[in-house]
Amino acid sequence: MSVLVDKDTRLIVQGITGREGLFHTIQMVAYGTNVVAGVTPGKGGQWVLDDKIPVFDTVKKAAETTGANASVIFVPARFAADAIFEAADAGVELIVCITEGIPVQDMMRVRAYLDQKGSRLVGPNCPGLLTPGEAKVGIIPGNIAIPGNVGVVSRSGTLTYEVLYAMKQLGIGATTTVGIGGDPINGTSFLDVLKMFEEDPQTEKVVLIGEIGGTDEQKAAQYIADHMTKPVVAFIAGQTAPPGKRMGHAGAIVEGGEGTAAEKIEALEKAGVKVAKHPEEIAHILNTL
Amino acid sequence: MKLHEYQSKQIFAKYGVPIPKGRVATTAAEARQIAAELGGRVVVKAQVLVGGRGKAGGIKLANTPEEAEERATEILSMKLKGLPVRKVLIDEAAHIAKEIYLGITNDRAARKPVMMASAEGGVEIEEVARQTPEKIIKIHIDPLLGLRGYQTRDLALGIDLPKEHWKAFSKVCFGLWEAYKNSDATLAEINPLVVTEEGQVLAVDGKMIVDDNALFRHPDIAEMRDLDVEAPEEVEARKYGLSYIKLDGDIGCMVNGAGLAMTTMDVIKLYGGEPANFLDIGGGASAEKVAAAFRIILSEPNVKAVLINIFGGITRGDEVARGILAAMEEVNPQVPMVARIVGTNAEEGRRLLANANMITADTLVDAAQKAVAAAKGGLR
Repeated sequence: MSVLVDKDTRLIVQGITGREGLFHTIQMVAYGTNVVAGVTPGKGGQWVLDDKIPVFDTVKKAAETTGANASVIFVPARFAADAIFEAADAGVELIVCITEGIPVQDMMRVRAYLDQKGSRLVGPNCPGLLTPGEAKVGIIPGNIAIPGNVGVVSRSGTLTYEVLYAMKQLGIGATTTVGIGGDPINGTSFLDVLKMFEEDPQTEKVVLIGEIGGTDEQKAAQYIADHMTKPVVAFIAGQTAPPGKRMGHAGAIVEGGEGTAAEKIEALEKAGVKVAKHPEEIAHILNTL
Repeated sequence: MKLHEYQSKQIFAKYGVPIPKGRVATTAAEARQIAAELGGRVVVKAQVLVGGRGKAGGIKLANTPEEAEERATEILSMKLKGLPVRKVLIDEAAHIAKEIYLGITNDRAARKPVMMASAEGGVEIEEVARQTPEKIIKIHIDPLLGLRGYQTRDLALGIDLPKEHWKAFSKVCFGLWEAYKNSDATLAEINPLVVTEEGQVLAVDGKMIVDDNALFRHPDIAEMRDLDVEAPEEVEARKYGLSYIKLDGDIGCMVNGAGLAMTTMDVIKLYGGEPANFLDIGGGASAEKVAAAFRIILSEPNVKAVLINIFGGITRGDEVARGILAAMEEVNPQVPMVARIVGTNAEEGRRLLANANMITADTLVDAAQKAVAAAKGGLR
């Protein structure tokens, strides 16, 4: 079992003929993901990957023709919000947006629209999802994780790889890894994913990788305290980050004294979460649970 | 990106928000001339991107053009919180009857813009929020619908604004909302918005922060950037698409990914060291970009050791290694360097660096410990 993506995922790649889109389509297909179609406006009728994957002009056409149920977006930031709207209007259930640098007001409109539509968005500015042994949707390197019983949810990309890799070194595997992204406004929160892991029978333990900025981790802590039966291990990046400076991710900034690593760690520890001092320690703590 | 007061007010005015008559001067003589044109009392205001300009002596009243020249001379020679004052705004002085706060920002948790008003204008709004949060009236704006007229009346009622000013106030609210929306601002603030003795509603101050990610569709605003507020290295880094923030420590860091870059800083600190910077080379970084990152890190004289932490995904280990080698040839670093490369093409990367006289590490903890020891002179 897993959450959000598995071997039944039928995936569209939006921006499939671009440099990033094509490179990662090759990686996803090599991993065993069922990529059924690509979309690049103006390139409909072409085929990619040795004529195995058809390219369509629109998401609607791609979804209707192939019966796709998920889409991953690799289009540049200035067109990304439009790509999300298009996928939602085509009725795609799961939309994963990898693109970094989407204007925040675009994302506010996207969120408000999606809330009326019923599509789930993961990201943007995220590495996507990986259900080891079944499917990878996005850019997480497939070889750094093995199947197992730990659900992983993270706001970061390479930091997630670091944790998955440390887990693999100790023989610990994952059910699904969900990268929710480093932007201030995103489609799926920690809370949403924790609920999914709590309900997923195969997920026995959960890893939460947060960072400075916002209050999403604090809300997660409240949910863990009130509703979660499964043990959670966490790490919060940015303990040494100075206030008022945006640390790369648009969402990673301590503003008005809020969103510090210290207050997040305190909230999580209060909720009974074991908070690791560095990413490798997460794997060691998992082994003791 | 932060905008100056005069820039923010010009944008507000474009959307129908009344602002005082005034202009920017770069010399005291110019200030005098502007004051003469305006006639009567003026305010001389330092245009520097820091808060608390008034308290720091950067805002002064002048009754005559001669006084305006004197005040401008003083202010233009000042540094406010370390930043030089290069421009002053000369505004007609308003006869203030009442000061209001009005602002819009993004409410992250609500995922919507929030418009805030308070009868306690002219003071630091953060202070009001801390001490008397009930004095700040908030309304959330539906990003698909935009601001509605009744919402501006809710705000006017909430701050006990006399009815005769509602219409003018509402116009300012809509102007501010349009300015915020059409400029992709993350903050648009008027503090204070004043009601004058003549009954006019006037934005005597203004502040805007624009979303860096949206500057591609606002070339006119992008041109307003003031490079004084940024360290020269940060400006240089942006040219190469690098995310760099200068810090006070002595261990230079080069990492791919923002979360991992923050974590690398944290682990350095955990083992007794101090990071000299935050640096994210981003995903899929080319050798050229890596070389630029390296030069920027090493241009900082405090740096006593460098820690390179690369977890290859989109970024390839061999590409990073080539960039490092190219940069080393160019800058010939004299400080010890610790490299940890894992993930995509890591073996090739490590092989390339093997002859480059570098300390290698397998794990992040190992790398951090070695970098801390190296910075203290214990490892070369």
